[in-house]
Amino acid sequence: MGLLDRQFDSSNIVVTSLDNLLNWARLSSLWQMQFGLACCAIEMMAASASNFDMMRFGVIPRATPRQCDVMIVSGTVTLKMASRIKRLYDQMAEPRYVISMGSCSNCGGPYWEHGYHVLKGVDRVIPVDVYVPGCPPRPEALLEGLIKLQEKVRHETLAKKR
Amino acid sequence: MSEIVTTPPTSSTGRTLRTEEMILNMGPQHPATHGVLRLELVVDGEIVVDVIPHIGYLHRCFEKHCEHMTNYQQVIPYTDRMDYVASMTNEFGFVVAAERLLKIQVPERVEYIRVIMAELQRIASHLIAIGTYGIDIGAFTPFLYCFRDREKILDLFEMTCGARLLYNYMWVGGLSHDIPPDFIPKAKEFCAYFKPNIKELNDLLTYNEIFVKRTANVGVLPADVAINYGCSGPMLRGSGVDWDLRRDDPYSIYNKFAWDVCVGKGEMGTVGDCWDRHIVRAREMEQSIRIIEQALEQIPEGNVQAALPKRIRPNPGEVYARIESPRGELGYYIVSDGSATPYRIKARSPAFSNLSVINEISKGAMIADMVAIAGSIDIVLGEVDR
Repeated sequence: MGLLDRQFDSSNIVVTSLDNLLNWARLSSLWQMQFGLACCAIEMMAASASNFDMMRFGVIPRATPRQCDVMIVSGTVTLKMASRIKRLYDQMAEPRYVISMGSCSNCGGPYWEHGYHVLKGVDRVIPVDVYVPGCPPRPEALLEGLIKLQEKVRHETLAKKR
Repeated sequence: MSEIVTTPPTSSTGRTLRTEEMILNMGPQHPATHGVLRLELVVDGEIVVDVIPHIGYLHRCFEKHCEHMTNYQQVIPYTDRMDYVASMTNEFGFVVAAERLLKIQVPERVEYIRVIMAELQRIASHLIAIGTYGIDIGAFTPFLYCFRDREKILDLFEMTCGARLLYNYMWVGGLSHDIPPDFIPKAKEFCAYFKPNIKELNDLLTYNEIFVKRTANVGVLPADVAINYGCSGPMLRGSGVDWDLRRDDPYSIYNKFAWDVCVGKGEMGTVGDCWDRHIVRAREMEQSIRIIEQALEQIPEGNVQAALPKRIRPNPGEVYARIESPRGELGYYIVSDGSATPYRIKARSPAFSNLSVINEISKGAMIADMVAIAGSIDIVLGEVDR
């Protein structure tokens, strides 16, 4: 099964650093919060459905923030919703990551000028790791953002604070 | 639902125990609310006494944006983002209203392409409704089947206008692009491919014993209540009311095609239960395929941008036009003051009216049934809040 099959027949010892091991485990099972906001949520659903199959990257949708590693902010964040997003982010356990999906959550998108009830970028309430542009981004773009996040996780270390 | 007896519990010595109502919050982050809806449930034990929907988590200031546009065409991207599951029909409604205000007659080919796109969009929208409803009830596989078929429709849209979800395709007086030459064979191929899949989906989900037990006799919406609350679309037809704007208030060229209006008959339980609303959606997909097939056969040649106005300055006046979106009656009310900027645009969204009935139909239901009821309404919060 997979890359590791029959690799350890001669000896059962793998030598690696603790950082490498932890990072590998974390980036291979980035559980995602099942949390749709607006239009981008449909593309997020499409990304996790049959044609794009986000689960092959270890991204499994979970319904509660307590079990999640990554929050995909998929869509327009309104002022009424912003405080709820902050609370959900606070409920997630460390290490936690945020992907901002789509123009609306990056910077306000089409609603940046006259949207009196739209937050101009979700990074005003929570820290964002990866921004995915597009209105809405294609599922391929979301997968690319996910791979970028995995690269970021790969280079983390316990020695320095994130 | 109705056979549950709500007598207060007693201890073994016969002493009546105190029960009290409590408030349970469902949403705005809940996998079964289809977006950012918050339902405040007043429950007595497991039984729902009252449901108060709280909306406004996705209010994106549609009307304010319309007042600031310099052109009627610039409104169309914002109509896309209202009902993001069915963008084509939202554009359709707006352009129908604007063309009535301007008194433009669009070429025959444009009307045919619009009908084809709107019906393809209806199938795509119902596929999402059915797939996510399956997830709500606990069936994950139909979701994957639905999205597999939906991607094929999105491929057709993508080859026409380049976008997968929000198209900006129908313009006031025409279309942004003509359909590419291989669109018609590919669309015919899709119709032939999709027809047997509806039966497969029904076998998998609709007539599944668990699904029927979860949805039949749950959330019964009587016809008079549906009419009083202004419900429309599959919500109204599920209650047995034979009303479809495509037939009863024809717009575009819907009167040229032969198709049937599907209504709920209470096959599995009572007329107007969740299962009836579901089967209406499933059967409407078959009818949409019928319309598409006829339209693909009859489509004439022509220039799709022939009637596109250079400058849009309607005479002062007002217009209300309505179309049948996948969720029901979608209406646009436009007031013009004679300038290039619309003075006021009000959208009458079907999901908003359909949601308002949730308190009526969920009284006395169990908490677990709330998921089935909320899913069967098929709300899109972008359209509820606008």
